[in-house]
Amino acid sequence: MSFAQRHLLGIEPLAPSEITTLLDLADQYVALNRRDVKHGDVLAGLTQINMFFEASTRTQASFELAGKRLGADVMNMSMQASSIKKGETLIDTAMTLNAMHPDLLVVRHPHSGAVDLLAQKVNCAVLNAGDGRHEHPTQALLDALTIRRAKGRLHRLNIAICGDIAHSRVARSNILLLGKMENRIRLIGPPTLMPAGIADFGVEVYDDMRAGLQDVDVVMMLRLQKERMDGGFIPSEREYYHRFGLDAEKLAHAKPDAIVMHPGPMNRGVEIDGTLADDINRSVIQEQVEMGVAVRMAAMDLLARNLRAARRQTTGGVLV
Amino acid sequence: MTTTLFHNARLIDPEGGETNGALIVQNGLISRLLSPQEAAGDLPGATRIDCGGLCLAPGIVDIGVKVCEPGERHKESFRSAGLAAAAGGVTTMVTRPDTTPAIDSPETLEFVTRRAKEASPVHVLPMATLTKGRAGREMTEIGFLLDAGAVAFTDCDHVITNTKVLSRALTYARSLGALVIGHPQDPGLSEGAAATSGKFASLRGLPAVSPMAERMGLDRDIALLEMTGARYHADQITTARALPALMRAKRNGLDITAGTSIHHLTLNELDLADYRTFFKVKPPLRAEDDRLAVIDALREGVIDILCSMHTPQDEESKRLPFEEAASGAVALETLLPAALRLYHSGDLTLPELFRALALNPANRLGLPQGRLRAGAPADLVLFDPDVPFVLDRFTLRSKSKNTPFDGARLQGKVRATFVNGSCVFGDL
Repeated sequence: MSFAQRHLLGIEPLAPSEITTLLDLADQYVALNRRDVKHGDVLAGLTQINMFFEASTRTQASFELAGKRLGADVMNMSMQASSIKKGETLIDTAMTLNAMHPDLLVVRHPHSGAVDLLAQKVNCAVLNAGDGRHEHPTQALLDALTIRRAKGRLHRLNIAICGDIAHSRVARSNILLLGKMENRIRLIGPPTLMPAGIADFGVEVYDDMRAGLQDVDVVMMLRLQKERMDGGFIPSEREYYHRFGLDAEKLAHAKPDAIVMHPGPMNRGVEIDGTLADDINRSVIQEQVEMGVAVRMAAMDLLARNLRAARRQTTGGVLV
Repeated sequence: MTTTLFHNARLIDPEGGETNGALIVQNGLISRLLSPQEAAGDLPGATRIDCGGLCLAPGIVDIGVKVCEPGERHKESFRSAGLAAAAGGVTTMVTRPDTTPAIDSPETLEFVTRRAKEASPVHVLPMATLTKGRAGREMTEIGFLLDAGAVAFTDCDHVITNTKVLSRALTYARSLGALVIGHPQDPGLSEGAAATSGKFASLRGLPAVSPMAERMGLDRDIALLEMTGARYHADQITTARALPALMRAKRNGLDITAGTSIHHLTLNELDLADYRTFFKVKPPLRAEDDRLAVIDALREGVIDILCSMHTPQDEESKRLPFEEAASGAVALETLLPAALRLYHSGDLTLPELFRALALNPANRLGLPQGRLRAGAPADLVLFDPDVPFVLDRFTLRSKSKNTPFDGARLQGKVRATFVNGSCVFGDL
């Protein structure tokens, strides 16, 4: 067992063995979550604050549930409404919260790097719940757990990530994670939605769905933000669906047992056909949500262990 | 009549080369260069300054210094900028007009001149904006501003998007022989960018601009120069892609020069690392290939001028997520030590370096400074090119401490700086 991180800011700093450790532990939490009594106590006595500077329903709920199931005291702060409007800077907000002695800080922010900045200023464990276009590590971890459980392994798979790669933190974290675990990654989407320098990422790039999906084991669809649909990046919603929306016909090019994933929330009829999304033989979208809670429990559990160990060292065994 | 003899010096002459020798300063002017033998002789009435074998070079003429007066004196004043300049071997600051309010009228220019005179130990030559309020709509009173002492006209990083306005301003400026400084950058492509597009910016998830935006901006300005025949200087050329266009324009006889900043010459995009906002400058730091190409261009004279692009920012405007943080870095004091990295790496000789730091900018502005020659003003910097140190940003004299070189190992320190023959920094 190895997990030597103080924070979970991204997939980039994680070693493959740390990813495996986290997923193994998450597997155990999946079992716990399926029992009637879903309670653990590894976070008992610890305070978890969810700070969301950007609207979120599912990620915030998933983190909240994960904390509560492990016995943490959980507080949600919706930051879009509060102090930011009053002109307080991110660092001041962080210092204010820090003074309340939280142990786990879950942060989502619309700007890349904002969570890193915050982590430098507080003395608790920080979990990145998505920063700008940079990373969304728990999403990549839950995707990895879903794949591992569906496919029986997390290496030597052909995985296609389709859609708006340029603006997606989910795509970045997934590219990093799946690459570290030695999978073959294909990115499929219109060139206007591909990030610059993509050729240096160690991935294959396609702008044709049928060619890109040929013989893949996993199809990951990404959400296309509404504000990017008209004219700026793609000509129209209907042309996008025609060329890049996942339907049964396009999926037929993938392996017969290929699974379909989506981080949610879905735009049915834009990036994915509604019937396909609901097809329990192909779609693992519901499992992804389930794995999300387990992965976040595992992440917070591991970080809390490291936090406690660090505090024991600095205080000579007296917990503060 | 005061006479000072600087002897036992390594003279760095941008027009010639390096020689060991001495020079005599009389009444604030360089009056003679001497060989070591001549200097050993008796010079009655002269104060002798032993340079201890260190380098004596013409003081730096720095085009594009932002002093935050008027408007943001808490970031930098003429006093603090002047002290920083003196400590950095900069003897002439050519100041930017992008203050609040902008320097766009003879009255505001007069304020700058007055404040500079009472507060700065080094020369200050102000620039004025090309359009009122840097809004890109109406040209400023270029004639009056020239009379009031403006040495060049620039809207700084506000690119004038209306080419009709710009072409008229260039035409008018030409009739008065005024120098116009442009910021070559396509405003559409670069809007909202915080980094240079490529693998690194994509991994960090930062909004980025293609290096092509610089070439597009330069191409446009060059076309307008062909049309108007104006005198033009590109403030910062930072990419390999823009260089062929610049070379062609020079070959075709256009009155064009180009500069680059010390940060683009010594740092690259990877220095941003984990969103270090002190490395956020405008245009953003480039890829290593671009940095190397710009060094070559500077050595070959395609790029003429090396400047600090000194841009003070307070802690609050930098302690923000990268996208929200302000751009710019202070560099008056680090310009020379950082530039010496290129000397130590063998990329540039000291005379080549001072051509870009002193001679070329002085020539471009028609100043007598920037050379070691009889009759030139005795604006001099005495420095030890080898002494190593680790920079602590809180030791800087600028009010703002936003340097990307905090904690960096640098080599080379200014020992003394002279303006018109008087010592403004150092203990000689």
